[in-house]
This record gives sequence, C-alpha cells and structure tokens, in this order.
Amino acid sequence: MSKNINVALIGNPNTGKTSVFNQLTGLKQKVGNYPGITVEKKEGICKLPRGVKAYILDLPGTYSLNTTSLDESVVVELLLNKNDKDYPDVAVVISDVENLKRNLLLFTQIKDLKIPSILVINMADRMDRKGISLDVELMEQRLDTKIALVSTRKGFGIDRLKELIANYKQLSNKPNINTAVIAPEYFKNLKEVFPKEDLYKLWLVITQDVNFMPIERNAAASVNEFKAKSKTELKRLQHKETVLRYQFINGILKETYKKDFRTAKGFRGSLDKILTHKFFGYLIFFAILLTIFQAIFDWSGYPMDFIDAQFAALADWTKNTLPPGILTDLLAEGIIAGIGGVVIFIPQIAFLFLFISLLEESGYMSRVVFLMDKLMRPFGLSGKSVVPLMSGTACAIPAVMATRTIENWKERLITILVVPFTTCSARLPVYLILIALVIPEGRFIGLSYQALTLMGLYLLGFVMSLCSAMILNKILKIKSRSLFMIEMPAYRLPLFKNVFYTVVEKTKSFVLGAGKIILAISIVLWFLGSYGWSNEFKNAETIVKERIDNEGFNAYSKNYLQNNLEAFKYQLKDSALSKNDKIDLTNIRTALQERDVELHDRLVEQEIASFKLENSFIGQAGKAIEPIVKPLGYDWKIGIAVITSFAAREVFVGTLATIYSVGSDEEETIKNRMAAEVNANGKPLFNLATGVSLMLFYAFAMQCMSTLAIVKRETNSWKWPLYQLLFMSAIAYVTAFTAYQILK
Amino acid sequence: MLTTVDTLKKGQKGIIKEFTTNLLPIKLLELGCLPGNVIELVQTAPLRDPIYINVNGSHIAIRKALAKQIELELIEESL
Repeated sequence: MSKNINVALIGNPNTGKTSVFNQLTGLKQKVGNYPGITVEKKEGICKLPRGVKAYILDLPGTYSLNTTSLDESVVVELLLNKNDKDYPDVAVVISDVENLKRNLLLFTQIKDLKIPSILVINMADRMDRKGISLDVELMEQRLDTKIALVSTRKGFGIDRLKELIANYKQLSNKPNINTAVIAPEYFKNLKEVFPKEDLYKLWLVITQDVNFMPIERNAAASVNEFKAKSKTELKRLQHKETVLRYQFINGILKETYKKDFRTAKGFRGSLDKILTHKFFGYLIFFAILLTIFQAIFDWSGYPMDFIDAQFAALADWTKNTLPPGILTDLLAEGIIAGIGGVVIFIPQIAFLFLFISLLEESGYMSRVVFLMDKLMRPFGLSGKSVVPLMSGTACAIPAVMATRTIENWKERLITILVVPFTTCSARLPVYLILIALVIPEGRFIGLSYQALTLMGLYLLGFVMSLCSAMILNKILKIKSRSLFMIEMPAYRLPLFKNVFYTVVEKTKSFVLGAGKIILAISIVLWFLGSYGWSNEFKNAETIVKERIDNEGFNAYSKNYLQNNLEAFKYQLKDSALSKNDKIDLTNIRTALQERDVELHDRLVEQEIASFKLENSFIGQAGKAIEPIVKPLGYDWKIGIAVITSFAAREVFVGTLATIYSVGSDEEETIKNRMAAEVNANGKPLFNLATGVSLMLFYAFAMQCMSTLAIVKRETNSWKWPLYQLLFMSAIAYVTAFTAYQILK
Repeated sequence: MLTTVDTLKKGQKGIIKEFTTNLLPIKLLELGCLPGNVIELVQTAPLRDPIYINVNGSHIAIRKALAKQIELELIEESL
C-alpha cells in the first residue's frame, strides 16, 4: 500500500538545507513561485522505505517564526494554515552541528505549533574536527523528537532520515515550551476570548502580519484588539519569549553537547584576515570580478558561436525541407530565430550563476557584502546591493530577485530601480552590431577601439546606476528602519552537486521565462509585419514590379546584382582555367544570363517584401513615430526596431533583419545590409552619430518588459516600474538626442 | 567597564548587559544577542564599518549604528 505524505524542510540559512533537499530528491525537483509573490518554491519527490512517497517542500531559510521578510512569512503562513494543500504531515528541521544552539530556537517554535518534527543535525562529519560530542539519545528525549545525524558531504544519515520520515506517525506532537508563562494574565485573557484556538498560534498571529486563509481570518480580525497592547509591550514579550526559549535550549545542551575548545578554531579566522583585509580583500574581490567578466564575455564566446551556427542551420534546414508557405516562414523566421535568440544566452547565464553559486556556497559572498557595505552607502545602497548589481550584467531579472536579501526597504527599492542600468547580456548583440558598423578598426595602445567602446559602455552602465542611486537616495523620502545584518558563515568547499543544481535550475527558469516572451513577440512581430490593410500593401506586387520595370532596382539591389555577377564571372573563369579547358564564351554567357535572371527574381521578391513591410501594420506604426525618433537620427525602420525591442533589447537586431528582408540568422548579411542603408542625403544611415546615439539609447532605456513585470511583482505596485520606465526613457532620449546633435 | 559594542577593539570581548531603555531588533536576539552572552569583535571592515562580531557562536556582521545600541560590560582579561 502506498501513501503520499507532505514533508516540509525548514531551517536557518547556511545550514545546508538545500543539500539535504538535493540528497532526498535528486533531480526530481520542481522550482516555481508561490502564487502572487516571487518567493521561490522548491518541491521534489522522494521515495521512502515501504513504498511510501513523500512530497518534499524546501521552505525559504529563516532564523525564526518571527518574520521580518517576505521569504520568512511564506514559512509561517504555511505552518499556520492547516488547510493549505502543502501543510506538512511532518516537519524536518535542519540544523548545523556548529550552530546547534541558535538552530534549536526555530526547532522549539515549530514543535510548539504541534507539528510532528524531526531534527536533522547536518554537517555531522565536522564533529571530530571541531571537538564536538553529542548525547543524541538524551537529546531526543529532552526535545521529545527523533534526531538524524547527517552529513551531505560524506553522504551518511540520509537513509535514517528517510526511515524517520516514513515512520512519522510515531513522532510526538507535544509542544516543547509553554509560551504563556511570559505573560500569564495576557495569555489567560486570550484563552478566554478564543477558547478553541491554540495559544501559541494566536500569539504568532498577533505578533506579526501574516495573510490568512478564510478559516483563520475570523480569528485574525478579532485578534486585532489584542494588538492594541502597545507595540513596545509586544516587542518586550517577544524578547521574553526568546530568552525563555534559550533558557530551555541551554539547559538541554548543557547535558548533551560538549565542545572541546582546544581543537576548535578553524581556518575561518585566518581566511577572514586575508579576505577582508583592507588591501588584499579588495584586490581579491577585484580579481574575482575580472575572472567572472572574462568568463562571461570571452570563454562563453565558443559555445555561443556553436549555438548560433546550430540554429542558423536549423532555420535553413526547415526552410529547405518543409513546403514553402506561411507556416514555414513563421517557423523558420519567427519561431526558430526567436528561440535561438534566447538559447544563445545560456552560456553567459550559466557562467554567471556558476560563479555566483560558488561564491555563495563557499561563504565568500558574505565577506563581499562586509567589504562593500560602507562604500555603497553614500549611494543609498547596501553591501547587499553588490550581488544584484553583479548579476545585472547577465540579466536584470534574477538581479531584481536577488535584492530580497536587503532588509532595508529604501536600499532595496533603490537597488531595484537602478539595476537595469547595468549592461545586461541582451544589450550585447545590439552593441556588437552597432560597434562593428560605426567604430573604426584602429588600435589605441594595443587595444582596439571597438573593444574600448564596449568596455566604455559597460562602465557607463555602472556609473549611471550609481549616479541615479545617489539621486534617488536624495529624492526618495522613505523612512525605513535600517537593520543591516548578515551572517558570516564558516568557509566551506562548495559541493559540486549543489552548484550544478543551482546552475541548471536558474538557467532553466531564465530560458523558459524570457523564452516565452521572446517567442510571443516574434510571432506577433511576424504577423504585424506580414499583414496590412492599406491598398499599397494589398497591391504590393504590382506596384513594385511596375516601379522596377520603369525605374529599375533601388540602389542597394543594383549594387548587389553587379557585385554578385562580377564575382560569379571570376568564379567561372577560374574554374574554366583550372580545368584547362578552352574558354567557351557562349557557355559562360549563358551561365551568366541564368544567374542574372535568378538574382533578378530574388531581388524583385526582396523589394516586394520590404515594400510590403513598409506598408504593413508595423511599417505604418514606424512611420507614425518617425517624427519622434528623427531628432535622434533614426528613420522609421530603426523606429520600428526600437518599438519592438521594448519587449527585449536583443529583438532589435532580429527586427532590423526582418525589415531589411534578410534571414536573421545571417548576421554578416544584416551587417552589410545595414552598412548599405542610406539616408535622404545618400550618405550611410548608420554613421557615427546615429550609431552612438543608438548605443546610448540602448545603454539607458528601459527596454525590457520582463524586468518591468518583475519590478512590479517585487515592489507590489505599478508605481515604481512606471517611474522607472519614464525616468530611464527620458535619460535615454535626452542623451541620444544630445549625442546625435553634437556628432552629426 | 561599561561600554557599547561599536567601541570594541579587535579581539576584545564583553558581556551583554540587561536591556534597559531601547529594545534591540528581535533578529539580533534570535541570533544569540541576549543579556549575559559574550560578544567578541572579530574584525572591523576596512572602512571601519560594518563590524564583524561573534556572539554566542554566531558570526555576524552589523553596522555601527546598531552596534551602538548594544551595551556591554568589558571583559578586562581580553585586553
């Protein structure tokens, strides 16, 4: 007989909770969000002895049930709501053998909620080295629970844990501590008003703002009068409660936990001395940053080229294999190109998360926060803003989510608002093609102008985010209690498995998240570009053919035809010579004629396509906004690309490709096509002024719907993303305008 | 000698005093910042703020503004 049970993993941060989760579930995990909020929800399935199947829920790390952040309130909300479908049959509290005392605080709270609980003492392999000895049996008795000594690193104890979970029915669900003793009168009153409710639960409800499901809402509403007891008074009681819990824990540990201090003192101290040193500390951090950038922008080039080639080949193959028609076009030009545009970012994103998770797992990230805090404060940021700003160089979405660790609301808000200024990888394709077009190839002390421009754009992003943070810090009048606190965990060698899972997971969620949007945009774009209602659009074929008959091809086509034929002529000559044949003039002439007709047809089609585009829905939209973008040096085609790339910046290149009616997988052709584009005066459209204006525009503009969506979710209002949009677009427009007007 | 945590020198220790006027954030207490426990200053950040303390086995970094609120009795032998 099989039965499914719900298991919740709960524990302090840095106790190796995620390692235990990985050990229990392997890759059978699902990562999503809690409905309505962006707190990550990790679930997995674990097969237990005797055919029992367990749903394991990895709850966000928390120090106690007295919540101060969204992540923590998720834990409390679940544990207070018996009707939640995830409400645990058994709670597994993960603790770290070195921080047992502090970890037990949370354990006693969960026990007091009368949830059957198992205590996992993790990192048990360190006991010898740290001179720790435990009387597990006595501890089990005194805490009224079952204990599993586990080491995820050495891989022992997991079987016992599984056994204990399977036998959860034998666990006691009696509370550890009677909270009522901290204020007997107060709790007696509570009991009289709510005879049916559990006192500790009520106490938790009173002392924090938790959202409740309907059942408890009644209780919560009338509980308000008990909140009337002044806030300081409640706080004082919370203090008393904490002291009481520690008394209980200290009493138990005195009997069961021995630590020989002579063997203690690890290398934390000596490493800290170097890593937070006033000179070497920054030097090492700087070196690590350089390595990360090197990986993201250099090493990832190889897999990216490979992916690019594969998708180009796939698009070609699709076009050639499937019967020609609308659907094939949509598939090859819209969908495959669109997906390729997302997949190409995988190497960069994966590298970034690889480094971030290595730094986090090892405990180094806390030291970075420690080093950088004072430096960031004049900008209204916190040491904890460093991680989001770093992540921002890959993608603003995980960066905005990473701000959750910042306790101070003002600092967090400023970080969220300025993160999109950092140069994310989506800007890269735009920058690369524009740099290749408008920046000359020369070198300056061994560095190419092009590379220097790219570096300059990165620096510009950072400087801009710091400057606007400073401005926001002055403008925003938000009072928020500053409680900056960060644990400095012991240094640990990162576990390969944990790092691997994190990288896989984060990359997957990025690709799926961004992929959906880009896919949708490419389909919509394709549609808007392929249909129109004007007469010009409907009669495009006749109009263009007539024009070509009367006036000949446009400048680009003429040029293209001539060059191509020329090249073909040489090719024919060469092949004829190499075969040592006599040059048969008639043959060559026929071949040339055939090629001419072939090219002619292709060019006619291309011109029809681009004429159609000009008169399609999207073309009309572009023409409509031309007056707005003209002062920046853009024509209607660039205008369209600017609009469509509002969804995501990298769409810019794809849109121009569609507009110039060449396959978007042939980057070289796009570049050549862009280079050949002329403005009204017959000069190249993509000159230095337009190029720089575009680069600046993309450096500052809030061109990313997904970021706006995530900011909306994280700040829980439309106000901030809208401000952000206006603020950034205004800066982008003004700088692009100024640059164009000066350089032109 | 009575003092506050922000004035500690590297390696100095003190015992947290009973809280009288101001209440510390509950987070600090939960991490072991309770009256009677020993606080040791492990390290000061290069720019002198934040500071890195060991209290009750918890290694945490806090800003000086918060450290100022924690009163303690200096343990002389640690000088």
